[in-house]
Amino acid sequence: MDPTQITLVQAHAMLRSRQISARELTTAFLERIARINPIINAFITVDGEGAMAAARMADERLAQGTATPMTGIPVGVKDLFCTQHLTTTCGSKMLARFRPPYESTVTRKLKEAGAVILGKTNMDEFAMGSSNETSWFGPVRNPWDIRRIPGGSSGGSAAALAARLALATIGSDTGGSIRQPAALTGTTGLKPTYGRISRFGMIAFASSLDQAGPMAWSAADAAMVLQVIAGHDAMDSTSIRDDVPDYSAHLSTRMEGLRIGIPAEYHPESLNPEIGQALDEAGRVFGALGATLVPVSLPHTRHAIPTYYIIAPAEASSNLARFDGVRFGHRCQDPVDLKDMYTRTRSEGFGAEVKRRIMLGTYVLSSGYYDAYYRKAQKVRRLIADDFHQAFQKVDLLLTPTTPGTAFPLGEKIDDPVAMYLSDLFTINVNLAGLPGISIPCGSDSQGLPIGMQLIAPILKEAPLLSAAHAFQTATSWHQRKPEL
Amino acid sequence: MSIQAETVKQVAVLARLQLDDQAVPPLVEQLSNILKLVEQLNELDTRDVVPMSHALDMPIPERPDEVVNTNCKDALLANAPDSVQGYFQVPKIIE
Repeated sequence: MDPTQITLVQAHAMLRSRQISARELTTAFLERIARINPIINAFITVDGEGAMAAARMADERLAQGTATPMTGIPVGVKDLFCTQHLTTTCGSKMLARFRPPYESTVTRKLKEAGAVILGKTNMDEFAMGSSNETSWFGPVRNPWDIRRIPGGSSGGSAAALAARLALATIGSDTGGSIRQPAALTGTTGLKPTYGRISRFGMIAFASSLDQAGPMAWSAADAAMVLQVIAGHDAMDSTSIRDDVPDYSAHLSTRMEGLRIGIPAEYHPESLNPEIGQALDEAGRVFGALGATLVPVSLPHTRHAIPTYYIIAPAEASSNLARFDGVRFGHRCQDPVDLKDMYTRTRSEGFGAEVKRRIMLGTYVLSSGYYDAYYRKAQKVRRLIADDFHQAFQKVDLLLTPTTPGTAFPLGEKIDDPVAMYLSDLFTINVNLAGLPGISIPCGSDSQGLPIGMQLIAPILKEAPLLSAAHAFQTATSWHQRKPEL
Repeated sequence: MSIQAETVKQVAVLARLQLDDQAVPPLVEQLSNILKLVEQLNELDTRDVVPMSHALDMPIPERPDEVVNTNCKDALLANAPDSVQGYFQVPKIIE
């Protein structure tokens, strides 16, 4: 048996019954990474030594009976979560040699639960991108077709999973950065409610939208990871205080009485017809499981991308002002004065897309434009959120495509920012409204590339969201398809 | 609205970014396209809408003002591009 081809749920059972040790499991994944990562570039940093040390500790806990469901589980973490003493680059030249002096809450919780962090996964620079082509460490390739992009910005986390280089990975999602790459790589990706997982130690992009989340091979696996990383954290003032339910215990295969809304606006003419057909079929699966499909309308859907591309760059330009060459990160050679140091440091350290968004954000926040752009976008953001709240008066969940198309070839959209931004058409709304959303595989196109669908739930309804995804995965096998590598 | 080259250069100064002359025209075009996209919002009447600055309706949390971090100067300075005698060092500011 190849231990890299099992699920997290299976691995936990095998670790607990001593059919495999954490060291054997970790070694198998490190060997697979050594073989496959050079092809797909999913990891920026592999921490073999740290992983083996964590695996030894996990084996001790398993022997002592103090193991948690994540003890001994090899995971990959997106390279924007600060890991103490382990290089954290955010996919940028700016932080290429940054060794955080502290630990993010997400990675601290993973470590405390006994998870084995294999390394840090590749990403679009500062999480700005939908194709993982903006990374300073080179693009990630989609394991389904290495000439294609894996999606972004958590492209490394998605590709690592699809290529079976980890049992689960952590991503972050500001406008679709977990769900879109999950859809394009045939994996399961959950963006929880804004504030459900602490942002402490997550390098900030757009603070009112950023949210960490698990990526896994199934909803049941994702539930186990979410269990560990969710919860209140005093270090994040936007962290939610509500108790964390037992997500795995809530998983059910019964859907009787569940009302699933189908928003008309998520089936535009630009939608790839093969994705439309896969969604229709998914609706029939839910119907057969006992759910009722209800047509709904979210009339401000098409305003989400314009709203996002004001709010996110505005927040990004403020957040990225900290990269000035003074305290950490890149500094230019031989600055003549302070302004020269700031300007050359930032110009050398940031890539083209990051600069573009800083420019856009600085412009929309500049004197005389604030009301016309930023204030206007904040108002439309409320209209978008209100659309969802009204729809959830009638239905329990919403079912939509995750992306308008399947994985596109490298280079196709990188020089056309607007075309790239439109790949987030169906995911961005969810961030603006702060809602939880999950993407799971529901088909494949004529070229064999994965198709993903998105389920959206009301605030803090991760448990029913995961349960519906689990019910679908119990009735279908799309999530078990594997690329040939 | 399309944006002018002069505006792009001025914004770059505000953002502390250096632009080569050949970098300006593509940026003018790309930013103009993005602004054209975002100006679709003008078709909505939002006079009576309250701006949404946070994803959730929650009060600003309070906590006791207690010291939780002890001195970690050396750990912080370890990442500094340049430091001297326990301080971050930058180019001379005042002649």
